[in-house]
Amino acid sequence: MTTIGAVSDSLLYLNGVSVSFDGFRAINDLSLVLAPGEMRAVIGPNGAGKTTMMDIITGKTRPDTGEVIFRADTDLTKLDEPAIAALGIGRKFQKPTVFEVHNVWDNLLLALAGDRRPRFTMWARETGEERDRIDEILATIRLSDLRHTRSGDLSHGQKQWLEIGMLLAQEPQLLLVDEPVAGMTDSETAQTAELLVEINKTRSVVVVEHDMDFVRALGVRVTVLHEGSVLSEGSIDHVSEDPRVVEVYLGR
Amino acid sequence: MGWGSDPEGDVMVSIHRLLAVLLVSLPLLATSPARADDAPDPFIGLASQNFDIVANAISALAVSGHPQAAATIAAIEADNLYVDAAGDGAPLILIKQGDSYIDARTGQKASDINEDDVDSVRVNNAVRRAIEAAKGGLDLFAADADTRQKAAEKVFTSHDPAALPLLARAIAAEKDAGAKRAMQQAQAASLLAGDGGSDAERVAAVAILRLRGDVEAKSLLQSLHDQSKPVAAAIAAATSSLARIEQLWSVLQSVFYGISLGSVLLLAAAGLAITFGVMGVINMAHGEMVMLGAYTTFMVQEVIRTHAPGLFGASLFIAVPLAFLVSGIAGILIERCMIRFLYGRPLETLLASWGLSLILQQGVRSIFGSSNREVGTPEWMSGAVQWGGLVITWNRLTIIVFAVIVIAALMAVMRGTSLGLRMRAVTQNRRMAAAMGIRTPWIDALTFGLGSGVAGMAGVALSQIDNVSPNLGQGYIIDSFMVVVFGGVGNLWGTVVSAMTLGIVNKFLEPFAGAVLGKIVVLIALILFIQRKPRGMFPLKGRAVEQ
Amino acid sequence: MSRLSTSICIGLVLVGVGLMAILNLSTAAGAPLHVPTYAISLVGKYLSYAILALAVDLVWGYGGILSLGHAAFFALGGYAMGMYLLREIGPRGVYGNALLPDFMVFLNYKALPWYWNGFNHPAFAMAMAVIVPALVALIFGYFAFRSRVSGVYLSIITQALTYALLLAFFRNDMGFGGNNGMTDFKDIFGLPLQADSTRVGLLVATAIALCLCLLVARYVVTSRFGQVLIAVRDSESRTRFLGYRPESYKLFVFVLSAIMAGIGGALYVPQVGIINPGEFSPANSIEAVIWVAVGGRGTLVGAVLGAVLVNAGKTFFTGAFPEFWLFALGFLFILVTLLLPKGVLGLLQKKTGGRV
Repeated sequence: MTTIGAVSDSLLYLNGVSVSFDGFRAINDLSLVLAPGEMRAVIGPNGAGKTTMMDIITGKTRPDTGEVIFRADTDLTKLDEPAIAALGIGRKFQKPTVFEVHNVWDNLLLALAGDRRPRFTMWARETGEERDRIDEILATIRLSDLRHTRSGDLSHGQKQWLEIGMLLAQEPQLLLVDEPVAGMTDSETAQTAELLVEINKTRSVVVVEHDMDFVRALGVRVTVLHEGSVLSEGSIDHVSEDPRVVEVYLGR
Repeated sequence: MGWGSDPEGDVMVSIHRLLAVLLVSLPLLATSPARADDAPDPFIGLASQNFDIVANAISALAVSGHPQAAATIAAIEADNLYVDAAGDGAPLILIKQGDSYIDARTGQKASDINEDDVDSVRVNNAVRRAIEAAKGGLDLFAADADTRQKAAEKVFTSHDPAALPLLARAIAAEKDAGAKRAMQQAQAASLLAGDGGSDAERVAAVAILRLRGDVEAKSLLQSLHDQSKPVAAAIAAATSSLARIEQLWSVLQSVFYGISLGSVLLLAAAGLAITFGVMGVINMAHGEMVMLGAYTTFMVQEVIRTHAPGLFGASLFIAVPLAFLVSGIAGILIERCMIRFLYGRPLETLLASWGLSLILQQGVRSIFGSSNREVGTPEWMSGAVQWGGLVITWNRLTIIVFAVIVIAALMAVMRGTSLGLRMRAVTQNRRMAAAMGIRTPWIDALTFGLGSGVAGMAGVALSQIDNVSPNLGQGYIIDSFMVVVFGGVGNLWGTVVSAMTLGIVNKFLEPFAGAVLGKIVVLIALILFIQRKPRGMFPLKGRAVEQ
Repeated sequence: MSRLSTSICIGLVLVGVGLMAILNLSTAAGAPLHVPTYAISLVGKYLSYAILALAVDLVWGYGGILSLGHAAFFALGGYAMGMYLLREIGPRGVYGNALLPDFMVFLNYKALPWYWNGFNHPAFAMAMAVIVPALVALIFGYFAFRSRVSGVYLSIITQALTYALLLAFFRNDMGFGGNNGMTDFKDIFGLPLQADSTRVGLLVATAIALCLCLLVARYVVTSRFGQVLIAVRDSESRTRFLGYRPESYKLFVFVLSAIMAGIGGALYVPQVGIINPGEFSPANSIEAVIWVAVGGRGTLVGAVLGAVLVNAGKTFFTGAFPEFWLFALGFLFILVTLLLPKGVLGLLQKKTGGRV
């Protein structure tokens, strides 16, 4: 295990995390520290363990060993998905997953921070406050005109934005965003980059992405994963000159 | 008892009969003057009009070692023994041979017999039983070692002290090790049953019985009371050791029943392990594929009965491949006409295939009627063998062996053939398999056909132990699904282990809870288990499973 | 599942049942418009089944839980009612025992089993008719949903549950009448069961219960709870990452549904006059699912429609061509799943341009 920076001033702290499936080590002694308010891009070839890392942070997968600590005091490995979501960690999936039979408005309504227990939702009525907040988010994600559209009828890019909007509605401290621009047009990609930068003003973000132009446009610190552990870390220019990174990507 | 295949039940009946006779006649024998050593003429009682005296005389004659004993007893049995009491001395005992008579005592031809003085020796049930028992004693000297050994076993069961001299002579003459051991056990039993012999001899006899180690030895030992101290101590030690052995046998017996039930479950579930486990198709008509197999067996036997009765012993061998074909083709048709439109919609598949199962049941009911159909069991599958304290019936054993063969064949197909390779490729990554030129729709149909065919073969086996009726399959469907899920979906070995576990647990619960309650307990335990470990005992892991 | 179709459905049920009641009670037998009492009980049976169908649609149509054991809750409710009806007989049984029902005297029971206590009070029995199914559903669902058993696995274990109950209720020493179940009821709430007015009263009670269940179910599925439930049905893991606990949503709706099924069963028993372990048979539960599929899954009203249609068909077929009923039912399963995934109501909606 490599020991890294202090837990106390971190938002998210992964130390020596490993997990294997049937003998295959998907994550191998991974360590990563995210400061409060930071945006981090995570890149790496297929199978580097990017999605598994997200699964571990959000409680979908339990690591075999290692620590995952949020806000310096909460051990995430002991919690399940809803508990972690309630702590303020939101996740956007690689494939856009919105509730297709509900319209855009209802999707956001369900995502809004609030009491999630059945005994509350059974009697809940939409409040003016909730309406204002949804209007605000609709404006941010540029879907104000489509509020009554069934979300299953949205275009691919619109679904991606709706999902980001749902993340915002959750009011998380940390957003985990998996390949937000996959399948988007160039202009949509640029708009998404703007959106993330905007979001980062108030929240921390971890973006997993393949698209190097997009990562460059974000202009943030980059972590390169390879075979389940950190290969290199630093600015985009730093990592793209790192010979180990070049070797992994170009297979020299 | 050694290996042998007496017709079922017969052994027990005759042993009981013998035991009853000798227990009744024992006190009489003990006081009768007709004992072998002090009564030179055992024949005299045969002349009596009293059936009990005749019976006792027969017993005495048998143990007397008289050279004419066998012929005389055979003559009584054949109603050929006569008494001529016309003379002054002891009545003549005569064996009728054709038109003339032979003196039973000497074996010489008897002359000057007046037909009017001659009465046949009459026989009633008590006498007949005495004859049976006596023949057992005489068989100790039969030419065939097997017969001698069986005779010794019979004496062991009767453990009549009167047989001791006979046994001593038989043991001295005996060359065959098995027969000799049986005789020595009989001798020990007879010695202990009486009150003769020194303490040392009796302790040695206890040791022989302990070595024999079966239930009969134990119950004999337990029946002995008022023994001298060393003998009583030896008996106490022996019975407790035998009780342990008996317990062990009963555990083994339960294991055997469990494996037998497990094999039935395994056969019923094996096809499902393919269609559900490997393909992920919820086929609620699986039980009806089993039923089709059972009805195929019925049809095969019908044809054989009317056209070639000699082939009946081979009927199951003919039925197995036919049942595989019938159910397999039915499976392919079902996949092509229905299942393939429902891939990726498991709940709809479940409902549609349930509808199909109703149609198949009603179809069979319309054709064959709703009552049970008679499926016969070939000669070679009936009967049982006993091995130590274990009773193994041939049909159960055959089903176990059949299950092993079916599973081995299934594994060989899945792992060793190119069809199996393609099947696994398609189920693991359909698009990749298609890209590599595998005709995936065809493989789907074949895989489904294979699973259904295996279910059909299971039907042949189930026709031997269950009622062949339109509802046959329904009784197995829930159990089969539980077996596959409990073992871990997609894992044939898991299915094997799961079927055996469930079978054995069921059989161990039965003595405490009864069959129905035992089954309920197992079902509830399974429900709880699946709720704890939804992927079964041997889950497949990895990312692919998550989706 | 618009508000309109719910209103139409409630209106039809109440008006239809009201008309039948009036025509039965106010006209003499043989009069041209007379509705015979057997028809009253038959429709009462259909409407009890409709309540069961509604319960199935609530969990399957909205929660994505395909329960193949819902008839078990129906039967549990029915047994609770049956126990009350047996004790109501009192000393008028064949053996004239004031305390023990006939089957217990026959089976040599010396005393009333403890769990039969209280069932002489109708209110207690009615409460048990919903509490027992609710408890079974709560315990079963708690473990099943917490360990994330879902899809066909859940279907299989719900079927195993009803199968286990079937085997248990067949046993004489369970104290529920074994194989023969409970029958030969005489009175309900002091009214003779065979009287026309009682029969009509039961039908009206069933119709009202059905409408109330429909309203409750409609409130639940259109509330925010219902929206979450639908979200759970379509994308369970997404709701989890949003901070919802799908298991508690499923458990709530599962228990609610079991209560409805129990009510249906309790209303069913006095109208058909018998309850036996056959009601637990897995086939019954699956049949209830097909009512929902025929009417239209996830529409509530469709479940009611499907239950009435299929059972009316069953009455017709088993009378006219008994051989063909299972063929018809079997083909119905296949055709609906292959060709009519949205059921009859979906077809109607298409024809009317979605207005119903």
